[in-house]
Amino acid sequence: MRLEKCWFCSSTVYPGHGIQFVRNDAKIFRFCRSKCHKNFKMKRNPRKVKWTKAYRRLRGKDMTQDSTFEFERKRNRPERYDRSLTENTLKAIKKIDKVRVEREARHHKNRMKGKSAKEHNEAIKEIDQSTILVKAPSALQQEPSLVKVSQPQLDKNVAMEE
Amino acid sequence: MVQYNFKKMTVVPNGKDFIDIILSRTQRQTPTVVHKGYAISRLRQFYMRKVKYTQQNFHEKLSTIVDEFPRLDDIHPFYGDLLHVLYNKDHYKLALGQINTARNLIGKISKDYVKLLKYGDSLYRCKCLKVAALGRMCTVIKRIGPSLAYLEQIRQHMARLPSIDPNTRTILICGYPNVGKSSFINKITRADVDVQPYAFTTKSLFVGHTDYKYLRYQVIDTPGILDRPFEDRNIIEMCSITALAHLRAAVLFFLDISGSCGYSIAQQAALFHSIKSLFMNKPLIIVCNKTDLQPLDGISEEDKKLVAEMKSEAMKTVIGQGGEATNDDGVLLTMSTLTEEGVIAVKNAACDRLLNQRVELKMKSKKINDCLNRFHVAMPKPRDNKERPPCIPQAVIEAKIKQAAEKEKRQTERDLENENGGAGVYSASLKKHYILANDEWKEDVMPEILDGHNVYDFVDPDILHRLEELEREEGLRQEEEGDDFEMDGLELTPEEKKTLAAIRKKKSLLIQEHRIKKSTAESRPIVPRKFDKDREFTTKRMGRQLSKLGIDPSRAIERARSRSVSRGRKRERSVDRGDTDGGDAMEVDTPNKKQRMLSRSRSRSRSRPPTEVAPGEGFKDSNQKAKALQKARKSNKNRNKDARRGEADRVIPTLKPKHLFSGKRSIGKTQRR
Repeated sequence: MRLEKCWFCSSTVYPGHGIQFVRNDAKIFRFCRSKCHKNFKMKRNPRKVKWTKAYRRLRGKDMTQDSTFEFERKRNRPERYDRSLTENTLKAIKKIDKVRVEREARHHKNRMKGKSAKEHNEAIKEIDQSTILVKAPSALQQEPSLVKVSQPQLDKNVAMEE
Repeated sequence: MVQYNFKKMTVVPNGKDFIDIILSRTQRQTPTVVHKGYAISRLRQFYMRKVKYTQQNFHEKLSTIVDEFPRLDDIHPFYGDLLHVLYNKDHYKLALGQINTARNLIGKISKDYVKLLKYGDSLYRCKCLKVAALGRMCTVIKRIGPSLAYLEQIRQHMARLPSIDPNTRTILICGYPNVGKSSFINKITRADVDVQPYAFTTKSLFVGHTDYKYLRYQVIDTPGILDRPFEDRNIIEMCSITALAHLRAAVLFFLDISGSCGYSIAQQAALFHSIKSLFMNKPLIIVCNKTDLQPLDGISEEDKKLVAEMKSEAMKTVIGQGGEATNDDGVLLTMSTLTEEGVIAVKNAACDRLLNQRVELKMKSKKINDCLNRFHVAMPKPRDNKERPPCIPQAVIEAKIKQAAEKEKRQTERDLENENGGAGVYSASLKKHYILANDEWKEDVMPEILDGHNVYDFVDPDILHRLEELEREEGLRQEEEGDDFEMDGLELTPEEKKTLAAIRKKKSLLIQEHRIKKSTAESRPIVPRKFDKDREFTTKRMGRQLSKLGIDPSRAIERARSRSVSRGRKRERSVDRGDTDGGDAMEVDTPNKKQRMLSRSRSRSRSRPPTEVAPGEGFKDSNQKAKALQKARKSNKNRNKDARRGEADRVIPTLKPKHLFSGKRSIGKTQRR
């Protein structure tokens, strides 16, 4: 019994789940659920479908190259059972997983660097340019409270641009 | 070797069927379309082909019949005589001769008519000639109808004849009716011959096969023979006689010594003597049957004498073949088919003697020398009295014993099963045969899956080493990074957030509205503003919108209302505007005179009235131009539909048109009629 990877979304397929398709050239396609199977039948390319692992890897959204990935590898050489080795392996899996999760978190953090600043700038710009949609200019003149709020912001923005 | 198989002869159709077959084939296999307008050579050729084709077919069919029926002179004399006995040679030959004649006649007819057709001058003439030709051919066949029927009957009968090979090893059983011939064949072969307690149960020849010394023997059961002159014998008896006369076989003459068949031993002996000429040069065995009713020793002296006489006659055949006169144990045998006593002995004796005879015959033939000089059997003579047993070394013997002992000792899985409760209780374990470093590990269960990983993918002898390296690497990196967190203290104030939310909501609303409009733009009716609830000009709506934008709407509403009330006459207003550059009308909404003036100056300058005639336009005066303009405007004015139904609206005139939902639909679909 093995855990397989879904051909379409690369998620883990547990025994008894999903469906598999064997093409007449003997290539096996495994799918984790009907959603992936249907997408395959529609001839969609997983690299172009946003929710798949393939897409995320291709666009650098996920960590692709890491030494933690090299531990897990399908070795086609039968190894004779050794109790101590198995024990070590089982312990190591947990440790490797932990390191991998940390690294993934770091990767995500790096990727998101500078995003909040960008969003902030955009928000300020929008407020400046589109307040007239909700308040008439004359109303703004009469009611200085709103003007006051946006005025210093505007100045600040100009300063930042300089 | 000639095979005598009459089962594969083709069926002989009767006269009527014959004609039908040939004519329908002519119709199907030759062209059928012909026109008057064709060239005469083509017409002639068309009909000639038909006549020739028919003749050919007749010829083929009749030839197969003539060829497939065996010629009595050519086949084995046994079959020749048998067929003569069964079907009468003369009648048979006559029928085949008639067929042959018919074949020739048809050939002649076709030749004649083809010649005539060469001179046919019209389609009609040619056709008539063809009809005549075919008609005459059919008449010929009709005449030989009885012969065809006779041949068909013979064919059917022949197909059911037993397939006797006249040249192979054969055992022939003969004797009076009801002496136990069929019982004997049933005993020694797999043939299933009917056995009944009355004379002439067997009416024809039957064949069975038996094995002796790895050779196959053909056993033929014949009908009983009565002791009477040859001419008086009926067909059934003649079958036996034919077989006796022509087959080189071992003959078993059955003798019923109990006399329960209805014939005394004397009568049977008489028969024996009358047909003994047929036994010449054949191994003959006299079989005394039904010893269960009457043992051979118990018969009367006279009968014993008769039997002895018969035996001596039989011995002659032995001597005639060059056998020894003293050896008489294979000549007179007793048996009982009821108790099966002596049956096998009879069979073995017959087979033995037949085999010996055949071998001797072969030895006498010329061909044997070619074979004999190829054989050599070495028979070394013993040199002295010393024994020379095969030499097996002691070590080999010991090893063999040891091996045998071991073989017995080894406990198999089956033994284990029997010891531990038998099948269904004991389950064999494959794990005990594992070759591992430690025997304790044999029963370990290895987890296959852990935390969404295949454990087996991680199994690697130097995993600890690699893991250490990985952890060191990770530690270094963490130190390097330390507390490197991003500083972003930029935050919006709550009011700003509120405004932003309002702006985004408004934007999304606008987009939504626009999309609705866009999506239905083509199918929407053009509705004048006064009928459109959402867009109509009302002070209420204006007030709502203005207050939403944060402006006090009261003055704007007031102004609009006052304007609608004091509109006055059009001319007055226009005069007013022309004169004073904005009068009281504008007074309401512009509090500041200066500002009002400003907006006035920014508005569009007054243009030329449209009716004014410009030079070069081609109008006589402004009146004429006004009329023309009005006409032009009217000509391309769109009708206001007021949201009423128009010609472009989608409409289904009849939901279920009658002609599409009624009527017969035997052919085609309901949709397509």
